[in-house]
Amino acid sequence: MEPIATIHYLVVAAALFVLGVVGVLTRRNVVIILMSIELILNAVNLNLVAFSRMWGTLHGQVFSIFIVVDAAAEAAVGLGILIAFFRNKETINVDEIDLLKW
Amino acid sequence: MFLNHIWLIPLFPAFGAAIMFFFGRRLQKTTVNAVCVGAVVVAFLFACLAVVQYTHFAHGTGQPFEKIVYTWLGSGDSGMSFVKKDGNAAQFNADWGFLLDPLSAIWLLFVTGVGMLIHIYSTGYMAHEGGYYRFFGYLNLFMFAMLTLVLANNYILLFVGWEGVGLCSYLLIGFYFHRKSASDAANKAFIVNRIGDAGFILGALTLVWYLGSFRFTDINPLLRSGHYLNGDPILTIAAILLFIGATGKSAQLPLYVWLPDAMEGPTPVSALIHAATMVTAGVYMVARSNAVFVLAPTAMKVVAIIGALTAIFAASIGLVQNDIKRVLAYSTVSQLGYMFLALGVGAFTAGVFHVFTHAFFKALLFLGSGSVIHAMSGEQDMKFMGDLRGRISTTYKTMLVGMLAIAGIPPLAGFFSKDEILWQAFRSANGTFPYLWLIGFVTALMTAFYMGRLIFLTFFGQPRMSHDVEHHIHESPKSMTGPLVILAICSVFAGFLSVPHSLGGSETFAKFLAPVFEKGPAVAQAEEPAQLAAGEKEKEEPTQPIEYGLMALSVLAAIVGLGLAYRSYARAGKGYAEPIEATAPPLYNALFHKWYVDEGYDYVFTGRRKLGDVRLGVMGAGEASSWFDAHVIDGAVNGAGWSTKAAGIFSSWWDKWIIDGIGVNGPAILARMLSYPARLFEWGLVQWYALVMTVSLIGFAVYYVWK
Repeated sequence: MEPIATIHYLVVAAALFVLGVVGVLTRRNVVIILMSIELILNAVNLNLVAFSRMWGTLHGQVFSIFIVVDAAAEAAVGLGILIAFFRNKETINVDEIDLLKW
Repeated sequence: MFLNHIWLIPLFPAFGAAIMFFFGRRLQKTTVNAVCVGAVVVAFLFACLAVVQYTHFAHGTGQPFEKIVYTWLGSGDSGMSFVKKDGNAAQFNADWGFLLDPLSAIWLLFVTGVGMLIHIYSTGYMAHEGGYYRFFGYLNLFMFAMLTLVLANNYILLFVGWEGVGLCSYLLIGFYFHRKSASDAANKAFIVNRIGDAGFILGALTLVWYLGSFRFTDINPLLRSGHYLNGDPILTIAAILLFIGATGKSAQLPLYVWLPDAMEGPTPVSALIHAATMVTAGVYMVARSNAVFVLAPTAMKVVAIIGALTAIFAASIGLVQNDIKRVLAYSTVSQLGYMFLALGVGAFTAGVFHVFTHAFFKALLFLGSGSVIHAMSGEQDMKFMGDLRGRISTTYKTMLVGMLAIAGIPPLAGFFSKDEILWQAFRSANGTFPYLWLIGFVTALMTAFYMGRLIFLTFFGQPRMSHDVEHHIHESPKSMTGPLVILAICSVFAGFLSVPHSLGGSETFAKFLAPVFEKGPAVAQAEEPAQLAAGEKEKEEPTQPIEYGLMALSVLAAIVGLGLAYRSYARAGKGYAEPIEATAPPLYNALFHKWYVDEGYDYVFTGRRKLGDVRLGVMGAGEASSWFDAHVIDGAVNGAGWSTKAAGIFSSWWDKWIIDGIGVNGPAILARMLSYPARLFEWGLVQWYALVMTVSLIGFAVYYVWK
C-alpha cells in the first residue's frame, strides 16, 4: 500500500464539494440546503488543510479557522432568514419561495 | 341814534318769526297780528327815521354809512389769510355789518313799507285759512332775510340774506303743502334758484380773489381808483357770474321758470315775494356791484340783451294766459327784464326807479287780484269772471289805477320809470339801430294789451261765473282794501319823484342815487370819445325832440294796446274768442303752452320725459353712462373672468392628458414594454438561480483551464 498523499485528500474534498452542491441545487427542504452549504464549506476547509500539510506552512490552517467562523455566522443568519420566512409563509419548501418573480 | 342802531331793523321781524316758531301754535289770531304785523310796522317806522338821519349825515354826498357789529368770519389777524391774484396776502373777512347809502335806503323804505301793507292785507286774506301763525312766522322770517340782504355791507352777508329769501320763498310757495302742485312748485323755485346761487358764489369768490375783500366799501373805491382797466377779463367773468345769480333770483331767461309756478302760494306771498321784494334782490345786487359791471362792457351787454329778451318773451306768454295770477307773474318777469335792460345800458338810476315804482303797482295788482279771488270764492280763471266792476268797486278802481300805471299812461308812476328806461336804451345805441329800444317798445305795447285784457275780462263784459259764485260776490274787508287804496295812491304819485328835465322836473330820485353810481376815471375816459361823437357832452337841448317823440310813441303804444284789448274783451260773453287764437292758432298754442320751455327742460335737464325709450340731456347721459358701465365695462370684467376660467380648464386638460399622459407616463410605458423579455427570466426560485451560478462558474473554470 502506498502512503496517503495529498491527492487523496483533494479527491475526498472534491467529492464532498460536489455532494454539497448537488444538495443545494436539488433539495426542497430549506434546512437540508443549509446543511449542504455547510458541507461545501467543510470540503473547502479539508482542501485548505491538505495543502497546508503539503507545503509545511500554517497559512492554510489559519484560513481554515476563518472559514469556520464564517460558516458559523452564516448558519446563524441563514437560520434567522429561515425562521422569518417560515413565520410568513408557514412552509419550508423552497419551491414556494417565489415572491420576487415578475 | 336810529342810524347807529340800524342793525335792529332786520331783528324786529326776526323776533316776530322766533315768537311764532316757539309759541305760535298757542297764540290767538289777534296776538299773532300784534306781534308780526307790529314787528314790521316798527321796522318801517325805524327805517324811516334812520333814513332821515342818514340824509342829515350824508348832506347829499351819498357817502355811505357803515356799521360793523361783529366780524363773523376771520377776525383781525387770525388764520384766514389767502393769496390774491397779484400775489399779495389778504384777509378773508366777512362781518355782520350794515351799510346805509342811497341805494339801500330806497330799498329799505319800499321793502318795509310795502311789506307792512301786505302784512296788514294778509290779516284779512288769511283770516279763514289754517296755519295762520305759520304764515306770519314765515312772512316775518322773509322780512328778516330781505332786510339783511338789503342792508348788508359785504357779499357774504348779502348771500346769507339771498339764501334766506330763497328759503322763505320755498316755505311760502309750499304753504299749502298738502297739494302736490304746491310742493312741486316750491321745490322747483328753490332748485332753480340754487343754480343761480352757484353763479353768485363763484362771482363773489372771483372778486375776493382778484380784489382782496368782500366789503362794498373796500371794493368800490378800489375799482374806481383807475387801477383796473375797462374790459378787464377777470372782472367780466366775475360780473357775468354775479349776473347768473341775479338770473336765478330775479327770474330772467333761462331761469325764470319757477316764477309762474310760484303762484301756487297764497296771493299775499305772490305780492310780497314775487312782485315787490325778493325778485328785486337780483336787481339790487347788480346795482350794488355797478363798479364791477361798469368796468366790463361785455357783461353789461349780456345783461341788457337778456333783460330785453326776457321782457318780450314773458310778455308774449302773458298775452294768452287765463289764470289771473299767471298773467301777473309773467308780467313781473317781463318788468324785471326792463329793469335789467336799464342796468345793462348803464341807466342805473332809471332801473332802480323802475324797481321802486313797480313795487307799488305790482303789489297793488297782486293784492287786487287776491281781493278778486276772495270775492269769487277761490276762482282764479278769468274765463269764469266778468262784470265785477259794479260789485267790488273799490277793488276795481284800485286795480284800474294799477293797470294804467303798468301800461305807462301818464301821469302815473309807470310812465315816468318805463319811459326813462326806453329813452336810455335808445340813447345807448349811439348811431346803430336801436334794437333794444325796439324790443322794449314792442313789449310796452304787449304789456298794455295783456293788462287791459286782464282788467276787461275780470271787470267788464257779461258775468261768466256760476250762479253760486255770483251770489257770494262781496267786497273785501277794510284790512284788505285799505292797503289797496294806499298802494294806488303811491302808484299815482310816486312817479313825480323823478320827473325828467325834458318835462321840467328836477329828477330828485336820480340825483339822490347818483353818488352810488359814480364812475372812476378809467370808465369816464372810455366814455368820452363816444359822448363827443354823439355830440352830447355839453348840449342837452338838441336831444329833446327825440325824447319827446319817443315819449309820445310810448303813450301811443299804450293807448293802442289798451284799445285793442278793449275791442276784443270788454264785451266778452260766455264763449268769447281769443283774437290770437282766431288769427293764428299755432302761435296761440305755442304761447298758451309757454313756448314749451318747461317741457323742453323736462327733456333736456330733469329727464322726466323721454323721446320714445331714450332719455335726453343730462339725465340721459347719466343713463347712457350707467348702461355703458353695466354692459360694456362690467361685460369686459366678466369676460376677463370667463376667459381666465376657460384658460384654467384648458390648462388642466393639457396638464392631465398631454403633460402627464405623454410626458410622464410615456417613458414608463415604453420602459415596461421594452423590459418584457428580460422579465421572463425572473421566476423567483432560488435553486434555479444557484444552478445558473454554478453552471456559469464551471464554464469559467473550464474556459481558463483550456486556455
